[in-house]
Amino acid sequence: MPKHDTPLLDQLESGPWPSFVSDLKRQAEQNPQCWDILGQLELSYVDKITHWKHGGIVGVFGYGGGIVGRYSDVPKQFPGVAHFHTVRVNQPSSKFYNTKVLRQICEIWERRGSGMTNMHGSTGDMVLLGTFTEQLEEIFYELTHDVGVDLGGSGGNLRTPSCCLGKARCEWACYDTAAACHHITNAYQDELHRPAFPYKFKTKFSGCPNDCVAAIARSDLSVIGNWRDNIRINQAEVKGYLKGDYAPSGGAFSGRDWGKFDIQKEVIALCPTGCMWMEGDVLKIDDAECTHCMHCINVMPRALRPGVVTGATILMGAKAPILDGAQMSTLVVPFIKMDMENEFAEYKAIIEKAWDWWMEEGKNRERIGETAQRVGLPAFLKVMEVEPIPQHVKEPRSNPYVFWKDEEVEGGFERSLAEFRKKHPM
Amino acid sequence: MASIEHNGKSFEVDEDGFLAKGMTEWNEEWVDYVKSIEGITELTEEHRKVIDALQEYYKKNGIAPMVRILSKTTGFPLKRIYELFPSGPGKGACKMAGLPKPTGCV
Repeated sequence: MPKHDTPLLDQLESGPWPSFVSDLKRQAEQNPQCWDILGQLELSYVDKITHWKHGGIVGVFGYGGGIVGRYSDVPKQFPGVAHFHTVRVNQPSSKFYNTKVLRQICEIWERRGSGMTNMHGSTGDMVLLGTFTEQLEEIFYELTHDVGVDLGGSGGNLRTPSCCLGKARCEWACYDTAAACHHITNAYQDELHRPAFPYKFKTKFSGCPNDCVAAIARSDLSVIGNWRDNIRINQAEVKGYLKGDYAPSGGAFSGRDWGKFDIQKEVIALCPTGCMWMEGDVLKIDDAECTHCMHCINVMPRALRPGVVTGATILMGAKAPILDGAQMSTLVVPFIKMDMENEFAEYKAIIEKAWDWWMEEGKNRERIGETAQRVGLPAFLKVMEVEPIPQHVKEPRSNPYVFWKDEEVEGGFERSLAEFRKKHPM
Repeated sequence: MASIEHNGKSFEVDEDGFLAKGMTEWNEEWVDYVKSIEGITELTEEHRKVIDALQEYYKKNGIAPMVRILSKTTGFPLKRIYELFPSGPGKGACKMAGLPKPTGCV
């Protein structure tokens, strides 16, 4: 395939940020198909419209998802991208790699695909961008037989789970997010590969409320690490911060002079519940009032640590705006254990309860957050077999349209108008 | 649009091999053709049941049924449907039944 003129794209080779255009041009030296990627993109820049056709249904035998089909609407002009299917490859938890696996995958992809990738898709998959239909089964065979990796999810199913890097290298992880993500991915391979749900379903695992994988915003079932005892305080290290031995926030704000560290101003006054104070040079926390926002721990990581009775908070229902507005996940279960020892049994009980109900009640292409919204939080909590608690709401309802059940009302709903009229004649 | 020749019949199809004109062009030759490309060795009564269920639902409702409705009406669990149609209910069964290509965030 010949080189195309790309005056608009060429402008994106200047500037300090790594240029995807330069990268693609370098790849094109090896695989001329990439000239057509650039060519069609340049045409889109000129026309200000996409040149990919609508949809595309391709895949591998046995699976209902994993590959996103794509066809050019100008295939004669750019035959190299006439087919441009995307292969989603299930990534390892927290995306730790060794070069051997990456080299193996690159070798397959340079031979059978465009050589262009996305490291990684927002859901977490390693994304191999652009290949032809006849290569799909070949790629799948080599990925599974030679590398030992599987496809990720797409369609109305469990999408590829992902997690923060957790205990691998973070002192705040309240459970082993990588182990949980890996175990759950394996446990629900069927749900991941063969779409059986009303719509997509995502789950993400964060080790603490900092939520580095954005579970609360980008997963239908968000698992956010938490603790239920007291924040561990090392008073000697607190004094170290007071003396200026350590930079606050691990030196995250060292790019500008913010003055000397002031624990009163930067920690105590910013605590959202005001449950911290100093007694001399001793830091006190009223843990019963602490909402585990992570701020004090984030500012003084050497002095403060999450508690030791750890697990996770379960929130559900996050989704992007379509159809009825964006949602973040809402709290369902304040605290569960996340133990590899019982194979995350408490988590599985929750996800399976949710699926059983949603697969029956969910309308076509209705995210579970929308189904929950439609039936209302009380009905949703009932199917999740969770007793309503004050923590389930930010504030009580302000309108008085309260539903009661027949059995909750003395005398029930069956009333006689004739009886009423005896006391209140017309 | 590409066209496909099979046993002397020709069919208009899109890139993914779905019938361009849908069920109006659907016939037994088409079933036989899809069988040959979708990894199906022998066409059984169970295949017929899935195809009939899809076509009936589509004629009545104008859309393909959700997976669990297909399972309910045929009595086949999803596992069985994949055994019958290795590409699954969308790419395999809907294609064979002559239904339009599934769309959306697939």
